[in-house]
Amino acid sequence: MALTSPLAPVAALGRVVLAALATLGRLVLFAAAVVGHIARPPFYPREFMQALVQIGWLSLPVVGLTALFTGGALALQIYSGGARFSAEAVVPSIVAIGMVRELGPVLGGLMVAARVASSIAAEIGTMKVTEQIDALVTLSTHPLKYLAVPRVLAATLAMPVLVAVGDSIGIMGGWLVGVNRLGFNSAGYLKNTVDFLEGWDVGSGLVKGAAFGFIVATLGCFHGMNSQRGAQGVGRATKSAVVAASVLILAANYLLTEVFFTS
Amino acid sequence: MIELRQVHKGFGANRVLRGVNLSITGGQSMVIIGGSGTGKSVLLKCILGLIHPDAGQILLDGEDAAKAEREAFLARFGMLFQGGALFDSLRVWENVAFRLLRGIMARPKAEARAIAIEKLRRVGLRPDVADLYPAELSGGMQKRVGLARAIAAEPEIIFFDEPTTGLDPIMAGVINELIREIVVEMGATAMTITHDMSSVRAIADRVAMLHDGVIQWTGPIAEMDTAPDPYLQQFIHGRANGPIEAVR
Repeated sequence: MALTSPLAPVAALGRVVLAALATLGRLVLFAAAVVGHIARPPFYPREFMQALVQIGWLSLPVVGLTALFTGGALALQIYSGGARFSAEAVVPSIVAIGMVRELGPVLGGLMVAARVASSIAAEIGTMKVTEQIDALVTLSTHPLKYLAVPRVLAATLAMPVLVAVGDSIGIMGGWLVGVNRLGFNSAGYLKNTVDFLEGWDVGSGLVKGAAFGFIVATLGCFHGMNSQRGAQGVGRATKSAVVAASVLILAANYLLTEVFFTS
Repeated sequence: MIELRQVHKGFGANRVLRGVNLSITGGQSMVIIGGSGTGKSVLLKCILGLIHPDAGQILLDGEDAAKAEREAFLARFGMLFQGGALFDSLRVWENVAFRLLRGIMARPKAEARAIAIEKLRRVGLRPDVADLYPAELSGGMQKRVGLARAIAAEPEIIFFDEPTTGLDPIMAGVINELIREIVVEMGATAMTITHDMSSVRAIADRVAMLHDGVIQWTGPIAEMDTAPDPYLQQFIHGRANGPIEAVR
């Protein structure tokens, strides 16, 4: 006993690390299985369309409002920061670049993670604890193909569109504040925005959006399908899906930024 | 014919099935009884491949279930789940016709809907129920829809997992009668797991009692009451005292 007790914290840490690695391994295998099934029949177009509406269309308000206020706040911050070295004129271009490269995809991804990863995990988790997933199997339907593939595909395709809409609304938010609060000329603000924005600024954000959509739906499905029994199990799956999706979005954002802009 | 040979299944240190041997002849209605937590559902899920046994063999008409082509194997089964397990997002008729709208049994939507409505009628539900969602139905109606879904594709083998749990005695009686009628009418092989003795008497041709991970007793329903097995007698009469330990 005396010999083991000093090592107990190390053993506990080891168990936590091993459990985390095992979960990561299962997640990677799950994601690979989803990708592997995307192009293989049978296809479920109705489930895909429903997921597209749920994930894409119904997320528009939350993504749009987030972008609107973020664009406005960004304009105010850049103006007040830029005033320290007489660089107030950079507001339109920095707002535009900041929105399309970073804030549009990241904040959009986080808002969709909160809204969609939670709902997917709760829905699939409830299906699991009420034996609906077992029922799918007995009805000769592959649960991963029927539940996960349409959602992951829909999220991966819908997120770039949401990001594009969010970018536009965010830039509009900056323009509204710039023109009405900071005294910018409307045409000049828009010209500055367009002149300084490059195609890859926008494109990189859309690619990030697709990656974040994949992360959100995959984690929602993964945690839902691995939900434990009872209301507590579903609650834990939902929480884990949102937390894991949010952290992975931020980590993936850093990695993608490294790849896209530091070479 | 379904045959289980020395089927073992454990979860961690808990060895639920410890060598189950059981034969169910085609066209027969077998009811598995046993206390809560004795592994009845695990046994049923092992046969369907929802859970993989640790050891032993499950044969369907002499063919090893583990080696069978999955979709064709499952197409032979229908199952009524304990809680119904209806898909919340689908209308009642889409639940019933689920198998008829997809996979190797797929047929045109109108035909699938017509079959679903016919099966709903067979279990005593009106056609207007077809367009409702499962959440709009009572527990008894959900069981009937589950039963309609189990028989929709006319399977050879039907499993019933605790078919009367959560129902009042009258509705339980109705469901028992329906199961018996449908199984006889279809000539299907049935396997029911339950601890409701009224279900056992209404549904069974043969009874098997699962206790301590093995089949403790099996025989025709007519011999159940006179069988000398003390475990069986304690269970069917619901006695607190006897060889089966009751946790108080």
